[in-house]
Amino acid sequence: MRIIACVKRVPLTDAAVKIGADGKSIDNAGFEYMLSFYDELAVEEAIRTKEKHAGSEVTVLTIGPSECSKELRECLAKGADKAVILTDANWASRDARSAARVLADKIKELGADVVFCGRVATDRDQGAVGPMLSSYLGAACVTDVVKLDLGPTGGTAQRETEAGIETVAFPLPAVITCDKGLNEPRFAGLKGIMAAKKKTIDESKAADIPNVARVVKMELPPPRKAGRIVGEGAAAVPALMEALRNEAKVL
Amino acid sequence: MTTILVFVEHKNGSPRRASLEALGAAAGTGLETVALVTGAGAAQAAAALGTHGAKRVIVVTGADTYSPDGTAADLAAAAQANAAKAFVAAASATGKDLLGRVAGLLDCAPFADCTGFKLEGGAFTVVRPIMAGKAIMTAQSDSPVLCATLRPNTFPVVTAGAPAAVSQTATKGGKVSVTAVAAKGDAKLDVKEAPVVVAGGRGLRDAAGFKVVEDLAAAFGNAAVGASRAVVDAGWRSHGEQVGQTGKTVAPQLYIAVGVSGAIQHLAGMRTSKVIVAVNKDAAAPIFKVADYGIVGDAFEVLPVLTEAVKKARASS
Ligand SMILES: Cc1cc2nc3c(=O)[nH]c(=O)nc-3n(C[C@H](O)[C@H](O)[C@H](O)COP(=O)(O)OP(=O)(O)OC[C@H]3O[C@@H](n4cnc5c(N)ncnc54)[C@H](O)[C@@H]3O)c2cc1C
Ligand SMILES: Nc1ncnc2c1ncn2[C@@H]1O[C@H](COP(=O)(O)O)[C@@H](O)[C@H]1O
Repeated sequence: MRIIACVKRVPLTDAAVKIGADGKSIDNAGFEYMLSFYDELAVEEAIRTKEKHAGSEVTVLTIGPSECSKELRECLAKGADKAVILTDANWASRDARSAARVLADKIKELGADVVFCGRVATDRDQGAVGPMLSSYLGAACVTDVVKLDLGPTGGTAQRETEAGIETVAFPLPAVITCDKGLNEPRFAGLKGIMAAKKKTIDESKAADIPNVARVVKMELPPPRKAGRIVGEGAAAVPALMEALRNEAKVL
Repeated sequence: MTTILVFVEHKNGSPRRASLEALGAAAGTGLETVALVTGAGAAQAAAALGTHGAKRVIVVTGADTYSPDGTAADLAAAAQANAAKAFVAAASATGKDLLGRVAGLLDCAPFADCTGFKLEGGAFTVVRPIMAGKAIMTAQSDSPVLCATLRPNTFPVVTAGAPAAVSQTATKGGKVSVTAVAAKGDAKLDVKEAPVVVAGGRGLRDAAGFKVVEDLAAAFGNAAVGASRAVVDAGWRSHGEQVGQTGKTVAPQLYIAVGVSGAIQHLAGMRTSKVIVAVNKDAAAPIFKVADYGIVGDAFEVLPVLTEAVKKARASS
């Protein structure tokens, strides 16, 4: 099976955010980066799929800066076979459509039976690139997958919705977006780390597809109005009830 | 005439509240609002939409088994056939799933989980939190159809208007199909849609400790139980209940955090709640920085008393 995991470098989830001088961007000076949480699940699922289907190959694919080789090297150490960086100086501000189109073109070129994405990248919080990709590829897609059963021509997946757990049947090729619960990502072992040093990371420039999402303003969230401690212990319950009823009016 | 297309979800023919909110936001633009409903019970759901902002309703036939890519194709076709300027849906699991697919089919920019949505001077403006709510982006789209999902509990439902004109169209069908849905008990509200969320954290000691949280949620009658990642990872609660950056984003009328420290990744998922209450035995816990009302105390002492008080308040109202 030809397996691709799409991964994105994002700021650490506890990063403090500053607004850029233009008032339309995020100042990324001083950010430290990680692979998006859900992309770790995508990489793990890709490697597990390879382990289950003899003769498979896993490629990790990203649009990002050259420095992403740090995160991709780790994917290689965990068991991915190849890594591709489509370099882009403005990777952080590329919109979902542009990213999906560039990734789709590369995936067509590489060929894939299954593409794993994260449920959402924890920078822009869109969760759109996976399903968008499937539309551009004309591939099947299941999003927010928590359980996957993949055969040579298709499979079934489970996803959580407000209504309950959905079971979804799909054919290959398919895009699967990975949600928490699908797997527990492994750590790279020493052997993998050594092996990864010999694997090459393919780097080329990402096609320039202009954004159509235009940011007009970027702001910090309005501070919540200062709250108060109504009291200590069970004795504070009447004061809380009073505040909820007459001040906040939510009872 | 240009229109705005809204995907309306329903449960056995009764429209979901989050979809009615999206319908209301769409109608608020003043464009002719066209709703699309699909699946078993769609015709019944259609009948109710005129008085919630829809001018016209498209009922998709032949789609009793839900197909996400089939529905996306139906929506893209409806957007084109009706010269839609925008496509909106609730930012539910289904709405989010459809957003990217439809945006891809129409080759347009998607905007997920918007907290603001307006049409002004001929241009749509959307507002959406990014980086887990640490920044708020206002954006416009240069693509012909603006595609967006709207955060539940953020836009009002409108109740005005006359019954809508209903038409039918056959589904285009898809490759992917939902073959089963293991429904949660009817009594169990989803944490994203519930008007009240009572969330518990590691301060509840163990899985059994969540009983005090469940009792309080039950006393409200309209509350869902939420959880921090720490307790989900520990296996005390299911993934579906996790609130935060790697869980669900919720915006209920009332969020009660019990034994939750208030890590930045947790705040990400609940900081836009209307009213936040925190119960924590550590007065220095960061959760108190975002709470409107706090009680410093032991959850096991405070919650049973609070539960009784809520029961009493509900009985007398
Ligand atoms: C990539 C990433 C993603 C993450 N995503 C999420 C996410 O989506 N959601 C999330 O919640 N976290 C997330 N986290 C984890 C987050 O950083 C915290 O570790 C987590 O939220 C802590 O959970 P907690 O508040 O239950 O536990 P703790 O931080 O251990 O807090 C327990 C609290 O309970 C209080 N307490 C103890 N006993 C009592 C008692 N008897 N009565 C009352 N109070 C008591 C304590 O004072 C303390 O404040 C993420 C972390 C990372 C790195
Ligand atoms: N720049 C990128 N490079 C590679 N994959 C990406 C990129 N952006 C998004 N993705 C993939 O799409 C998923 C969802 O991203 P998003 O739509 O931005 O939330 C991510 O988890 C990745 O799997």
